[in-house]
Amino acid sequence: MTPLSERTVRGLKVGDMVYLTGSVVTGRDEMHIRAIENSRHGRPVPEGIEGSVLFHCGPIVVRDGGGWKVVAAGPTTSARMDSLEPEMIRRFGIRAVIGKGGMSKEVGDAMREVGCVYLAAVGGAAVSIAESIVEVCGADWQDLGMAEAIWRFRTERMGPLVVAMDSEGNSLYENVRSRLVKDV
Amino acid sequence: MIKLPEPVDQIVVNLLKAANTKLPSDIGWALEAAAGWEADPMARVQLGAIMDNVKKAEFLGRPMCQDTGVPTFYVKGRFNASIRGEIAKGLKKATETVPLRPNTVDPLTRKNHGDNLGKGMPAIHYNPTDDDFLEIAVLIKGAGSENMTRLAMLNPSDGIEGVKRFVIDSVLDAGGKPCPPGVVGVGIGGTADECVAMSKEALMSPLDAENADPLLKEMEEDLFVKLNGSGLGPMGLGGSTTVLGVKVRTAYCHTASLPVAVSIGCWATRRAVARITGTSVEYTQGADL
Repeated sequence: MTPLSERTVRGLKVGDMVYLTGSVVTGRDEMHIRAIENSRHGRPVPEGIEGSVLFHCGPIVVRDGGGWKVVAAGPTTSARMDSLEPEMIRRFGIRAVIGKGGMSKEVGDAMREVGCVYLAAVGGAAVSIAESIVEVCGADWQDLGMAEAIWRFRTERMGPLVVAMDSEGNSLYENVRSRLVKDV
Repeated sequence: MIKLPEPVDQIVVNLLKAANTKLPSDIGWALEAAAGWEADPMARVQLGAIMDNVKKAEFLGRPMCQDTGVPTFYVKGRFNASIRGEIAKGLKKATETVPLRPNTVDPLTRKNHGDNLGKGMPAIHYNPTDDDFLEIAVLIKGAGSENMTRLAMLNPSDGIEGVKRFVIDSVLDAGGKPCPPGVVGVGIGGTADECVAMSKEALMSPLDAENADPLLKEMEEDLFVKLNGSGLGPMGLGGSTTVLGVKVRTAYCHTASLPVAVSIGCWATRRAVARITGTSVEYTQGADL
């Protein structure tokens, strides 16, 4: 349940399975670049980023009357944001990042410092996740296009989400990688 | 161009709708089989969520994945130059009606016109033949898997072992990023450009279509066993299901070269094929091109 407190986040351990209810905000490459740039120059960023649950997602959204309806909203590959995420987490006190495929050790360091976790959503499970989004609360930076814009969602039992990187520097991906059998 | 029972743009809309909302049955069966033998609890959760999502997408008629990719079209048979514009028209229409996510941008300015078109789009491969039909096939996969495409110009002395080494390393280095378990397409030989095209074309082939070349069939089976024994698992979170199938294609190459390309298809390797004659349109979910 959002907002997530630092205490809650630090209580999560790799391998835990969770469902998320509350607010999430989407952000991909372009959103990270602009948010960091604005913050560095003291310019405002849209509400809802500070202390948020950041969802690496470029949804398919359609107009529905005066509002929006989410058609499909699975996670995107988080590693693309590896070089941007540490600053993002530190500047905005991000409490959780939802994505797929995992992130670098440098991101893990920022997570440990700030108190943040990486939650792995099931890649491609776009309809199931869209069904857990009960409301589109807002949309910003629409000039970036549907995929790259900021979408603010209210979710109910979004998941299953696996704690794949925790705030102590543990990573499920690293555990799997270190045990891989690579023989030809 | 043969006389068509339906306009090409409408056929393209039908193909894009079908491919995006209904997973090819061979991939669905492979996922179910994997869920049956998979012992890792984390992997079982991932596979269960995938199959649950596939059922919902088909029932609701929605794209199973929000990344509706950059569709790659394969046109074969009798057609004329107007087909490019007609496919573009169908893709634009499908972007609004299915709907598809507008994905195409200028590579440098990142400008998005919102219609999945733009310079160089749609991506189409042409194969004109004297057959009395027109075949339009479409392959869709997300950028997560497309970004993991690899090409190596190996030395001929690297041989079969070198080829296998490169395929295994490409898949394992990609980790969870291309949304495993999916299909691995391998191109061996040809020119550098042909090699990559072959590796992607291989993904159009249904998993149950047997490779006619015994050497390649053996290589596919060997890679399948080794990749699934690697422990990478669904979404790179561990388990014994890393790939659903391996498809190898070859072409003659320069005596000084050994090109190898790997195209990874996510679990949502979406395909649809329309075989069009003067009187009918027959839709299927895969073809050996």
